[in-house]
Amino acid sequence: MNNRLIKDTPLDKLFMKFNYVFLLLALVIVLYPLIYIVSASISDPNAVNSGQMFLFPKGLTFEGYKTILNNDSIWRGYLNTIFYTVLGTSINLAVTLPCAYALSRSDFYGHKFITSFMLVTMFIGGGLIPSYLLIKNLHMLNTVWALVLPGAASIYNIVVTRTFFQSTIPREMEEAAIIDGCNDFMLFFKIILPLSTPIIAVMALFYGVGHWNSFFSALIYLSDKTMYPLQMVLREILVLQDMSSNSINGNMTQDMAAMLFSKQQLVQVIKYGVMIVSTLPVIIIYPFLQKYFVKGMMVGSLKG
Amino acid sequence: MTVLKSQPVIHNEINLKARTSNNQKGWIKKVQASRQLYWFVLPAFLIFLIFSYIPMYGIVIAFKDYVPALGIWGSPWVGFKHFQRFFDSYYFADLLKNTLGISVYSLIVGFPLPIILALALNEIKDGPFKKFTQTVTYAPNFISVVVMVGMVISFLSPSTGMINHLLEFMGFDRIAFMTDPKWFKTVYVLSGVWQGTGWSSVIYLAALSGVDTQLHEAAVVDGASRLQRIWHINLPTIRPTMVILLIMSVGSIMSVGYEKILLMQNPLNLEASNVISTFVYQQGLLDAQYSYATAVGLFNSVINAILLISVNKIASKIGESSLF
Repeated sequence: MNNRLIKDTPLDKLFMKFNYVFLLLALVIVLYPLIYIVSASISDPNAVNSGQMFLFPKGLTFEGYKTILNNDSIWRGYLNTIFYTVLGTSINLAVTLPCAYALSRSDFYGHKFITSFMLVTMFIGGGLIPSYLLIKNLHMLNTVWALVLPGAASIYNIVVTRTFFQSTIPREMEEAAIIDGCNDFMLFFKIILPLSTPIIAVMALFYGVGHWNSFFSALIYLSDKTMYPLQMVLREILVLQDMSSNSINGNMTQDMAAMLFSKQQLVQVIKYGVMIVSTLPVIIIYPFLQKYFVKGMMVGSLKG
Repeated sequence: MTVLKSQPVIHNEINLKARTSNNQKGWIKKVQASRQLYWFVLPAFLIFLIFSYIPMYGIVIAFKDYVPALGIWGSPWVGFKHFQRFFDSYYFADLLKNTLGISVYSLIVGFPLPIILALALNEIKDGPFKKFTQTVTYAPNFISVVVMVGMVISFLSPSTGMINHLLEFMGFDRIAFMTDPKWFKTVYVLSGVWQGTGWSSVIYLAALSGVDTQLHEAAVVDGASRLQRIWHINLPTIRPTMVILLIMSVGSIMSVGYEKILLMQNPLNLEASNVISTFVYQQGLLDAQYSYATAVGLFNSVINAILLISVNKIASKIGESSLF
């Protein structure tokens, strides 16, 4: 990166060759399983199970996807997850952005105390059981609130957003707006937010992917299967199904068991298809937003 | 006041008094000036208060026999009974061994790799290859833990998994990775490396972008090779980042996350996969032994805190960067 003007010696050239081989190896190791999953999900089940399919699809078939799309649990899980993700992310943003903005203002009396009050939770916490008992005592078990409220504010994301505000919003502009008669609310909604689309995008994505991928809150707080998010449905297909074949009770829904056991041949192909279907939204947005993700990570690491 | 003013000896004191009263007024003024901003932080403040601070109070049930009907405060105190029971229990040694084993294994394999990847990426020119490599190696970070474990189970399946087909093709025996306790740690750590190395390298790349180009130019004039420059310039630049991340990893060495282990666990590999966090989950939530599980969790956190503070102290003693 910084050595373009510098001429390489023969030894350096050899080193660079090794370097490229190393990176190529890393690339193949990461990429191969991903390609394999895509290929396996549209290949002939026999070719997949017997290992004849190792890179490109063999005996193209969409049987697996057909089964997946006809499954009610998966659809319901998908819809639940979309609902939880949209609601959860909206709450996250509504809590994080104003808080981070207030903390970015050096004239905000008490910002140091409030920051430490929140930072403490990064190192000290009640742990699993006291948190569970709290949710139980608040009667939030089996409600969507158990999934979206406990993690509504992440101190890491608040610090990242605060750093963004500090480094991009000119102090003079805020002062000018206040002299012109703006109060803090108008200032925030009319001036600060429109200038902050990059950080809003980063936060929406950090939180959104978190909600999309989370299963543990649902595992401990939800017992009503109709409320299960997609990841819990996936757990039944990808993990419990395998275990029940290892002879323990898979506590899975009946139509799930029926789907998998009636199509023994297809099971592996269905599994690979399910991985694709569930990860698709993230895969689609990721390449476009990668630079924002990385930027968010970097802002955080500078101040972290 | 007027009397005091006539006595120059205690003039300083008056000023001091005047200043404190001024400060008190200033304090009220400052609160008033930022009164709208308090509304901005209120929702986040309440979230932390309710969902982070109240559970901290709930820790007291580790020293009580929690009975839901009596509530946290009304339940009887029992002192260190639950801790004693945990230390004396048949599982204690195994849990400790598994937890530490998995953490140390993850640390040894997982800590250097992102650094090496970042140094390697930093050497090559900006261009499509670099960009593509970065995009691909970061991607697994966004795969959910359920899908990740699903992939591991499918790939390692003794009858249909791709890894076992490969092993057989190369003339080895098929291995039942998921049900053999011997393989559990390796599968856990290597799948974690596959998923996390790329994304973890981002933080080091950020630190490497701060290397002074002039240092490299001067080193080249002095005849330094690339490898020497990496060793003597790039590595020292990212050293503070490495130390901070190392402190954080050591500080959480007792907390192996339950999410992934829970998904990978099955009765046949329990011997190797039973760690403190999953034990807390199982005792507390599945068997409803709230007080006992809280005590086990608290023990875990206390050890972590002691480790974090001591490693941090050592780091600052030997002149490295430290957390606090």
